[in-house]
Amino acid sequence: MKISGSEILLESLKKEGVRHMFGYPGGVVLNIFDLLHDEKDLQLILTRHEQGAVHAADGYARATGKAGVALVTSGPGATNTVTGIATAAMDSIPLVVITGQVPTMLIGNDAFQEADIVGITRPCTKYNFLVKDVNDLALTMKEAFHIASTGRPGPVLIDLPKDVTTGKAEFHWPDSVKIRSYNPTYEGNKYMITQAAHMIAKAKKPLIIAGGGVISSGAAKELTELAEMTQVPVTMTMMGLGGFPGTHKLSLGMLGMHGTYYANKAVQDSDLLIAIGMRFDDRVTGKIDAFAPHAKIIHIDIDPTSIRKNVRVDIPIVGDVNRVLTVMNKVIREEVKEPWEEVRKAWAKQISAWKKERPMTYDHEADVIKPQYVVEKIFELTKGDAIIATEVGQNQMWAAQFYQYDKPRTWLSSGGLGTMGYGLPAAIGAQLAFPNKLVIDIAGDGSIQMNIQELATAVINKLPVKVAILNNRFLGMVRQWQELFYQERYSHTRLDESVPDFVKIAEAYNAVGLRATKKSEVVPVLKEAFSIKRPVFMDFMIDWQEKVYPMVPAGAAIDNMLFPEEKKKPEKKLRAVK
Amino acid sequence: MRHTISVLVENKFGVLSRISGLFSGRGYNIESLSVGETIDQKVSVMTIVTTGDDWIVEQITKQLNKLIDVIKVVDMTELDHVEREMVLIKVSPRQEDKAEVLRLAEIFRGRVVDSSTKTYTIEITGDEKKIAAIVELLRPMGIKEFVRTGKIAIAREGIKKPQ
Repeated sequence: MKISGSEILLESLKKEGVRHMFGYPGGVVLNIFDLLHDEKDLQLILTRHEQGAVHAADGYARATGKAGVALVTSGPGATNTVTGIATAAMDSIPLVVITGQVPTMLIGNDAFQEADIVGITRPCTKYNFLVKDVNDLALTMKEAFHIASTGRPGPVLIDLPKDVTTGKAEFHWPDSVKIRSYNPTYEGNKYMITQAAHMIAKAKKPLIIAGGGVISSGAAKELTELAEMTQVPVTMTMMGLGGFPGTHKLSLGMLGMHGTYYANKAVQDSDLLIAIGMRFDDRVTGKIDAFAPHAKIIHIDIDPTSIRKNVRVDIPIVGDVNRVLTVMNKVIREEVKEPWEEVRKAWAKQISAWKKERPMTYDHEADVIKPQYVVEKIFELTKGDAIIATEVGQNQMWAAQFYQYDKPRTWLSSGGLGTMGYGLPAAIGAQLAFPNKLVIDIAGDGSIQMNIQELATAVINKLPVKVAILNNRFLGMVRQWQELFYQERYSHTRLDESVPDFVKIAEAYNAVGLRATKKSEVVPVLKEAFSIKRPVFMDFMIDWQEKVYPMVPAGAAIDNMLFPEEKKKPEKKLRAVK
Repeated sequence: MRHTISVLVENKFGVLSRISGLFSGRGYNIESLSVGETIDQKVSVMTIVTTGDDWIVEQITKQLNKLIDVIKVVDMTELDHVEREMVLIKVSPRQEDKAEVLRLAEIFRGRVVDSSTKTYTIEITGDEKKIAAIVELLRPMGIKEFVRTGKIAIAREGIKKPQ
């Protein structure tokens, strides 16, 4: 029996196990939305902006590991998805974005709400399709999910002309899919893995750098096993947070521009870096010529282009992190027996000395609300058992530094693209996937305003996300750079009285608004927010001068870190000795 | 260093722009690019001449391989191979140079494919050096128009350079 393209689309989504998607209707997708009106097994969450829909699908994907789905209309609906798609592409997040398109016979005629979205998104998708024939639709859907979620994951876009949604075809769902030109390498080269294992045994100062690949390949357990067995300390990229327990004694926290002192020192002093599922982004390496000058580098990644892109590599291993680590652990267990604790003693001592020398800290005595204090209290009150989304800027870095992520998929943050406005919709996506979890967006007063309209989505769908706004009345991260490198010329970063009353905004959206202006109010506000089963905005009026430290200035070596100015100790007057 | 890279791709619309977009988006050079069908109509071959140091060329081949529509990438420069390019040169020589033009065409095994009272159009096929040579020799005679196909390349059978 022939069914319409719209029906094929929905059937295909169901066959792929999709239960939720995010979207926004419009002219050319009306036929699909008409079917959704009676649909029971597939829920579409109406967002208030298409960018919000894609970020929500992205948050859903990061929290669950399954591809997120967004459905929008043509033209502006499609172009509004671009930032969300680019965000997912930079962070290797599996998404399937379905855009409506004008009827095939009108394509190229500058029709109403026409945009060449396949052309526009070609460089920021893993792949994209324009479906011209309804008979190809089911296979295209199968291929789209396959490409999005295998290999190095990423966003895939399907452009669907209106006549394809109305055209009829038999529905044949392919059991499997084979694309001859797409064959990701999963198994690492055994010889290389063995070499790497022996190198780890020989190294005096080895260090693991774990990236987002550990999370996307589900290798957190294998990584912990490797680190514990060989007693190698672990630092994480921002994307890798949660890939290794932040509270683990071998954890050095995050490295890079706002990484910990001890992580960056360890990189620069190390004689062997084991880079796992990461890509040596400039925010990680700092000045590339001065990066890890003494280290040999083992680089494990599923994407061959990540290897030898930015840094020299001694042992490249192309493969799925999970499978490579499984083999490596086996090799080490069986072939490379060392008295690990003993071998690592000196290195462990050095690292703990660095930890003591400059721990992650801030001014605990201050009367004003320090943002780090808020984040720390969120960690304490949730016992780390929450999903944290962030916006971008200072709020994101404090959230990365002062909350310890022990489990994968509990940290949702736009790493590569650094997209302000990501956090709230991403939190909504995660909350939909995990209705009983506490989902918190750690935000700034600048970022939150970029997709603040999604509060309506949270309220109407009873998704009780909590938003902790670290409100400094500034575009804080840019202000920090202006203070440090532009002679305190705060060009266009001072928001001041233009910052709206977030409590009133929350109330206007029928959510709950709470505010803390004093340090003593922070914990009560958090406790109250966490006890309410509705979306809450928490407005924390923080110290506007607070900066993110340590900081490696752009283009400097990563051990060239800036720290807060030390408070001068009152000088003791010496008594004259008679 | 200059590299000639042969790329087998699915013969689908949009593939050319995926390849050219990769080069422009990542700031790689394209000196020439030629595209044509292979014996299998579903597959096209693109021959791309690019320049860059070893790091860049390694990235270029990896990035090409990563594109979903790319079936195979071969850096011809690493193999013993044959390269050819065709040019059409329209020359408008003075009366006294006409014989020399025809003689040069013959020496280079070119063919005159069009002639008028004032011009000859010569077709020449060869590798880069040969084409550069004929151009240099014809230039003083007055080249009016000049069109080249871009390079195509094929590996020689069975002879691989030792690593």
